[in-house]
Amino acid sequence: MDRIPILRMGEYLLVTIQVDMHDQLAMTLQDDLTTAVQRIGAKGVLIDISALEMVDSFIGRMIANLSRMTRILDARTVVVGMRPAVAITLVELGLSLAGVETALDVERGMRRLRAGVEESGAAIVHLEE
Amino acid sequence: MSTSKNDVLPLRTEHDIVLARQHVRRLTQELGFGLVDQTKMVTAASELARNAVIYGLGGVVRWEVLTDGTRRGLRLHFIDEGPGIGDLKQALTDGWTSGSGLGLGLSGAKRLVNEFDIETAVGRGTRVTVTRWK
Repeated sequence: MDRIPILRMGEYLLVTIQVDMHDQLAMTLQDDLTTAVQRIGAKGVLIDISALEMVDSFIGRMIANLSRMTRILDARTVVVGMRPAVAITLVELGLSLAGVETALDVERGMRRLRAGVEESGAAIVHLEE
Repeated sequence: MSTSKNDVLPLRTEHDIVLARQHVRRLTQELGFGLVDQTKMVTAASELARNAVIYGLGGVVRWEVLTDGTRRGLRLHFIDEGPGIGDLKQALTDGWTSGSGLGLGLSGAKRLVNEFDIETAVGRGTRVTVTRWK
């Protein structure tokens, strides 16, 4: 069966989607990724979609769901590398991916994930003040 | 307006949805569509192909390359013989879904093309025609 590989980098997981996904493949990725987050206690997930030439409502929903699911499992998801034409099309389609964190590329996405841990720490300090 | 070439592709399985959008991508490239226009047409095709497979219980997509004076375009007909749509107005509303989707398929696809037409009859099936001009 087809599967999209999930790479582990310390407490982060990296997924690079390089194929035009059929629906079942997208659902399998959702299952595999949430399982992997729980198994290794991942702090963050980076999903690289720079190779995707199209994101329709099904794939968009899968991405939004993944972001929500990992949040419940105490991990942050950052989606990186969306092509401009895909972003334009998604918004016209009616999908804004509200609540999904994004970054322009893998490097910026990783920086954001690493900074995120400190950001939340700072927020707690602020509350205690 | 004339049709310079056309063909039919099956829409039976999830894999057919992938093949249909890849085919539409190639056609829009051959027509010289810009990247954003290509992406819009491919995305609309993906939504409508999925509708035909899931809600229409399978069907076909017929494509035509059109020439109208100096402009050229691509027209796609998504045809199924499924249950049809009882309340078309409702089906074209953002966020309304009869299944587990987001309800953006029809309304979203409509926004991504230049021309949109739908014919449906309960128990007889649905035919959605979309056109995008270069």
